[in-house]
Formats: sequence, C-alpha cells, structure tokens
Amino acid sequence: MEKDEIILAIETSCDETAVAIIKNGTEMLANIVASQIESHKRFGGVVPEVASRHHVEQVTVVIEEALVTAGLTMEEITAIAVTEGPGLVGALLIGVNAAKALAFAHDLPLVPVHHIAGHIYANRLVTEMHFPLLALVVSGGHTELVYMKEHGSFEVIGETRDDAAGEAYDKVARTLNMPYPGGPHIDRLAQAGQPSIKLPRAWLEPDSYDFSFSGLKSAVINTVHNAAQRGEELAPEDLAASFQASVVEVLVEKTARAARAYDVKQVLVAGGVAANQGLRSALEARFQNEEVPLVIPPLSLCTDNAAMIGAAGSIAYRKGTRADWALNGVPGLDLEAQ
Amino acid sequence: MEKFTIHTSSPEETGALAEKLGQLLGAGDVLTLEGDLGAGKTTFSKGLAKGLGVTRVVNSPTFTIIKEYKGRLPFYHMDVYRLEDSDEDLGFEEYFAGEGVTVVEWAHFIEDHLPAERLQIEIRREDEDARVLHFYPKSERFITLCKELLA
Repeated sequence: MEKDEIILAIETSCDETAVAIIKNGTEMLANIVASQIESHKRFGGVVPEVASRHHVEQVTVVIEEALVTAGLTMEEITAIAVTEGPGLVGALLIGVNAAKALAFAHDLPLVPVHHIAGHIYANRLVTEMHFPLLALVVSGGHTELVYMKEHGSFEVIGETRDDAAGEAYDKVARTLNMPYPGGPHIDRLAQAGQPSIKLPRAWLEPDSYDFSFSGLKSAVINTVHNAAQRGEELAPEDLAASFQASVVEVLVEKTARAARAYDVKQVLVAGGVAANQGLRSALEARFQNEEVPLVIPPLSLCTDNAAMIGAAGSIAYRKGTRADWALNGVPGLDLEAQ
Repeated sequence: MEKFTIHTSSPEETGALAEKLGQLLGAGDVLTLEGDLGAGKTTFSKGLAKGLGVTRVVNSPTFTIIKEYKGRLPFYHMDVYRLEDSDEDLGFEEYFAGEGVTVVEWAHFIEDHLPAERLQIEIRREDEDARVLHFYPKSERFITLCKELLA
C-alpha cells in the first residue's frame, strides 16, 4: 500500500491565521482557524498592521494545535503548503516565512498555493471535482468566474471591473452605518426586508461575464441621499434587501449563462460571500432547473481557512510544483499564471 | 496655494479628463485622490490608467490596498482607507520614488508618508452624475501640467 500523503497547510493572507492538515488531498485531519475579526471591528476594516501582528503571535500556536488535533508529529508530514498570494503583503509574509522555516527545519518540500485556487479547491473537501467546471468566486476582494478544464488550470472568463461583491457589501454597510464586516449584517437585514426599492443591475455587454458593482453602490448612496433631502427615511431592511437582490440576481444569472455557454459538468461556488444566505438560496433555486450540478461548500469552508490551501496544495504537490527558499508573499499574484 | 477647478457632467467625462491627465504624467509622479464613497475615485483612476496605457482591468484596490499594473509606465493604485488609525508604512517611499505613477485614494490617512511634491485632487459630488474636481498642484511641474490639462 502506498504511503499516505499528509499536507500541512498555512493560510495568513488576510485576517485569519489558519493551519490545516489534509490527508490524501481530501480528508481533513485538522482545520484550525484563529480569527481576528473582533479586533478589526473597531477599525471598520482589516488593518494590515494589526493583522500581521496577530499572525506573528498566533501562527506557531495554531500550527501546534493542528498537529495535536491530527495526532501527528512533523515526522509524518509529507509537504508544507502555503498561501503565496494574493492578500495583504505583511500578512502573507508571516505564513510564507513560517512555512519556509518548517520546510527547511524538517527537510520537506514547500508548495506555494494561490489563495483563490484554494477557495475553489475547498469544494474538493466536499465532493470530487468533474471537469470542465465553472467556479463562481465571491469574496471580499474577488468576484470572478473561473473556467477549469483540468486540475491546476484556471481561466478567468469574467471579473469585476470595479468593486468586488464583498467590497460593495462593506461599502454599502458603511453608508448604512453598520459595523464591520458589513456582509453578514446586510444579509441578515435583507432577510427581514422587501426588495421594494428600485436599484440598477449591471449586465454590461450581452456577451460579457464581467461584473460591476460600483454603479449599484452609487445608486444606494444616491437613494439614501435623495430620501434624506426629501426628509424621508428609508427602511434599512428594504434597502438591504433591494441591494442584495441586485447583487444576487447578476451573480446568479451570469453564472448560469456561463455554465451553459461553456458546457461545464459542474458549477462550484467559492469564497467568503458564498456564506451569504441570499446568494446561496438564489443559486440553489436557479440551478434546480439546470442539468449541471451545483456545489456550495459548508460555511466553514467558504470563509478563509487552511484546509482549502491543503486541498489545492495536494494537487500542486502531485503536479510537482515546488518553491525554493526565495519564496515571497505576492499581494497581486495572478491566478491564470498558476 | 494654486487651485484649478473643473466641472464634469458624467462618469465618462470624468474618466476622459483623467485619461488626458494620464497621458501627461511621468515617472515618479504622485497623485492623491479625495472624495466620499461613490464620488468617482475609482472611475478617475481607471481613466488615468487608460491614459498610462494600462490594458488590464483596473478594479478597486480597497481590499489589497495596493495594486500594480503595467502600462507605458508602471501604475501603482492604492486605496489607504483601511490604514486609518494605523501607523503602518507599506513601503510607500519605494512606490513614490519609483519608476511609475502612483495614485493614492483616501490619501489623508497616510499624510505623513506623502511626498511634498504631488498633485492633490478632490472630487465632489454635485448631483447623481455631475462632479466638481479641484486640483491643487504642489510643485511647479504640476502647476504647468494642470495648465496644460485644462487649457
């Protein structure tokens, strides 16, 4: 029998210090996430300096905890996978250097992973991937439709031209004076409201799979502004529901259209915004009538975690992808160049 | 302080003005952009990038803080909103003194790091589409450049 492949994966691209241990690419032996959201709340966003300091304090503790949870020692690890980018440079560097130190000390291969590839591969922890496939990636910094013809091949067929969906949520939440992170607040408010306020949908050119949420953000600001000038107050629930309806409709429709045009075997959803209830139920409803199966990972695998880095890292490891000791955090790392 | 003001009536017009400015910029130029959410900072930055010959999609750098693009000159697009109350230096000096053009949105959050010679731009909303742009050139070079832009 072949020896098990055990990957220890580290993810520190934003505000979570995460370490996971993944057996043979799909089995989670440990998946530890130490979140910093509490300390970022008062700043209304992720503060890179705070993020980096937390990562430094937590990374070794979280690595230790992952090993204890998995009941393993470093001697049983096959390779170290780490998020190389994109993300905040100071935050990425902590994970990259921890990974380099571990790999060097234990003479293990070092495998660099793209954060978005990780989000997509979170799905492989749930179900096997079938190619060609389409992934809708929606997170704080990303809104992309990615076409994959095989493992490790990524073609971005659509992306946002201005704000990412998560950014639009955070900026609208700021307008409505809600605390950070804004997404979950708007999602919750939206459940209690009616999409009764007319807001635009940015379809762009008929053949485009790109997104644009900046006009919608401006429309929300204008609507609030104009109502205030008339001395009216809009129900925040209805505003949230109307905003969410616009975002979700465009995401769902463009995903369904791309899935047909590219004749894919599977549609995967990835990224933190996939935790959004409004988006999940709209996607599920839309794909009930489509032949292609839709996969949405559980909430814990949608937000940033290291299990997904281990899943993507396993494929990269088998393909022979290796980093040397010069590995650096790359804030603007390109997915298609993977 | 020298001040130049221009009114635009649509996002397209704001973008076209920025594109024209982009064509006039040179290595090491630093521009700052102030304006509320939805004022058009990203619209302006996209126009500027076009003028600099950037062909890739320029989208909001809010999340990653700094995005780099290749054009006629390198283009560094920063949104330092999330650095409010933080004293962090993300290596700004290297960008400002580098080979490219830097645009900083919400620049007042990193006031201490900004170079003295820069073009300060404020975008104010007049109505849904109309904007007024104020240019405050902080060097002789930028004064000349503003005159050329608005001529």
